[in-house]
Amino acid sequence: MSEEIKVIVFGLANEEYGVEVDKVRTIERMMPITRVPKTPAFIKGVINLRGVVLPVIDLRGRFGLPETEETESSRVIIVAVNDLEVGFIVDAANDVIDIDEKSIDTPPEVVGGIKAKYLRGVAKIGDNRLLIMLNLSEVLNKSEIIQLEQVEA
Amino acid sequence: MDMNDYLSMFIDESNDHLQSLNENLLKLESAPEDISIVQIIFRSAHTLKGMSATMGFEDLASLTHEMENVLDLVRNNKLKMDNFIFDTLFKGLDALESMVQDIIGGGTGKADVTAIVSNLQVIVKGDHKKDQAASGTAGGSDTAAGGALLDQFQSSILLQSIAAGLAVYHIVVTVREDCVLKAARAYMVFDFLEHSGEIVKSVPSVQEIEQEKFDRSFTVFTIASISEAELRKGIESVSEIEGATITQLDRETLEQLAGSDAVQAAPTASASVTSAQAEVGTARAQTAATAAPAAAPAAQTSGGAVSRTIRVDIERLDALMNLFSELLIDRVRLEQLASEVRRNDLTETVEHMSRVSSDLQNIVLKLRMVPVESVFNRFPRMIRDLAKTLDKKVDLIITGADTELDRTVIDEIGDPLVHLLRNSLDHGIEPVADRIAAGKPETGNVHLRAFHSGNHVFIEVEEDGRGINREKVKQIAIKNGIVTVDEAKRLTDAESNMLIFAAGFSTADKISDISGRGVGLDVVKSKITSLGGNVSVESEQGKGTKFSIQLPLTLSIISAMLVKLGTEKYAIPLSSIVETGIVPREQIRKIHGNRMIDYRGSVIPLISLAQVLDSTSFREEEEQETEIVVIRKGEKIGAITVDEFIGQSEIVLKSLGKYLTNIEAISGATILGDGQVALIIDPNALIK
Repeated sequence: MSEEIKVIVFGLANEEYGVEVDKVRTIERMMPITRVPKTPAFIKGVINLRGVVLPVIDLRGRFGLPETEETESSRVIIVAVNDLEVGFIVDAANDVIDIDEKSIDTPPEVVGGIKAKYLRGVAKIGDNRLLIMLNLSEVLNKSEIIQLEQVEA
Repeated sequence: MDMNDYLSMFIDESNDHLQSLNENLLKLESAPEDISIVQIIFRSAHTLKGMSATMGFEDLASLTHEMENVLDLVRNNKLKMDNFIFDTLFKGLDALESMVQDIIGGGTGKADVTAIVSNLQVIVKGDHKKDQAASGTAGGSDTAAGGALLDQFQSSILLQSIAAGLAVYHIVVTVREDCVLKAARAYMVFDFLEHSGEIVKSVPSVQEIEQEKFDRSFTVFTIASISEAELRKGIESVSEIEGATITQLDRETLEQLAGSDAVQAAPTASASVTSAQAEVGTARAQTAATAAPAAAPAAQTSGGAVSRTIRVDIERLDALMNLFSELLIDRVRLEQLASEVRRNDLTETVEHMSRVSSDLQNIVLKLRMVPVESVFNRFPRMIRDLAKTLDKKVDLIITGADTELDRTVIDEIGDPLVHLLRNSLDHGIEPVADRIAAGKPETGNVHLRAFHSGNHVFIEVEEDGRGINREKVKQIAIKNGIVTVDEAKRLTDAESNMLIFAAGFSTADKISDISGRGVGLDVVKSKITSLGGNVSVESEQGKGTKFSIQLPLTLSIISAMLVKLGTEKYAIPLSSIVETGIVPREQIRKIHGNRMIDYRGSVIPLISLAQVLDSTSFREEEEQETEIVVIRKGEKIGAITVDEFIGQSEIVLKSLGKYLTNIEAISGATILGDGQVALIIDPNALIK
């Protein structure tokens, strides 16, 4: 018996990433972001999501990838992990697919320059399509942010 | 509806009942003859018992059951309330409260309440006519009252044993006064009894006896296979035992010992033994059953107006608030559009919508308002207990309990008030002897008031105690390095009173020895300040002290000054703004590299908001004239420079969420009319 999971697929720096659909609250078009001072550069600021103020993270910046200008296809994916609710800025989000739990392999050491601990694994779909599954709780790990702040200070 | 839904209902309602029990017991304490109060208490306890039993919280149910037994005697004029009964009932309430707390915390509501239960049972036994007779037959010793009661199960076992022709004994064993190892002797007695029969019940419990928690005697119910003489011989052969009173029980004496209660509550148990008992049981059950429905309608009529409120989860209100602020934003957009389109019917519709929505806003805000009663109502009990511990006489007078405050403030205000009230009792009100010596009535008064004034709510704690000894307060403040000797001399009375709020004032060891106050008052002050409020104290030596707390009506909506830094907008809470103004460049001076300005005769620091916030879109250096906002943090004043004023506005406070915490100089966010998020400046962080 194989376990099927639903995954939202989004694009980031020419790679395809996936997060489990039950962790995603909504996907929004880009909207005005208010800068929050004294925060790491990848925290773009806060947005007003229907009356709730939510922080927004540039996922490229979070992964140490070069940041780019936002485009028509840029999206904010609102994810909820544990009691944290955060928006991710991604290059594009346009697919929901079913994948087999078993097809997720442990990630290779380096994928697109991203540290392995942010990744849950790599899923093979179809013949030559690779989907990088994110480890959201590690991506949103706050203790690391505090360290980053200290380095910057 | 699953069990969880019931559970939250159960918790809410139990809290209500506990509160009402507490309140009414206090009332009863001041009017012990008023049977109508007992009726109310009884009904509350009864409902609570039923609810707990339904939910499967057996310990809760059985403790309330025991309390109910006592109350039942009182309301039928068979028992007079006295101090012991009050204390036991209050202890029972405390136990119930902690059980409910345990349930709230996800526990099972189990607790060891044997001590309270046995006290309650003693009360039921001790003053009941029948039981006095019973204790007479049971050997006439005073331990019978403490040890007689059997629960339904035990009494039914004993009854069945008697019916089966076995010998059931009630034994009171007394150890010698000079006995060294009471517990060991008791153990030997138990050992003997266990070998010669079956111990059904011992009072105190075996555990307590093992821990030597008994005085000189203990009581045992046993089904023995040997004769009374043999029993006596066996027990008395244990050394250091003074003697044993052994009574063989028959059905009648046992029934009396077990008390009417067990028979009433367990008609099934007794029915299995004899038909005579069954009759008694059902007869009693019937009277109980008819009493209950008769009491219910009375509760409604005597309780005044039927409750016209419903419970709403605070999260739903927050959600409503969020949605509503969205609506407000759309309203602003619509108004803009309408003014551009310039079509009469559209403008009219939009205007109408504006009016409706501002009415709606008022209602939504009012939904969050809660009377301070919910905080105040736990104080009478606290004051009662505290006065007892301190051995002082105190009346707590509460006024304005219906004053409404925002839920968020209500949640926070309880602890500071507890501190202040404790302080008033501990340090303010004198012991009875001192009061009489000072020519005051021996009972001290503590007033707790709440009232509205303007956009604020005031809560005052005033007492007619000894007042603050300013000289002593000053001395301690000097000793602790809070002020210098010179400063102390220059302090006004009001300022020296405020010294008791200084941080560190309370940490001195000797504070409690003198009349100075200061148990954690700095904590009170910082809490109130963090709520956007203010606390002050007035005192006259020998006459009393008044603490006055000023609070904003709500924490979720504040008045703020909106300012601009280039393209960014920020909000500064109005509560900490002294004034706004414009300073020409040439008036800005530099002292030790810090920019200062002359402000009404004193030199105050100038803080660049753009610099603090790393603003990217605003260059301050190019300005010829600078807009400033003068802010205050306690006694300190500073001016912050901004780009442009937008104006004053009521803003809805929002948190930045759990991901962004402790951001320097930012205390939260709000959503502006255009849907943009503006950050709220924390002025306290700007003035160091």
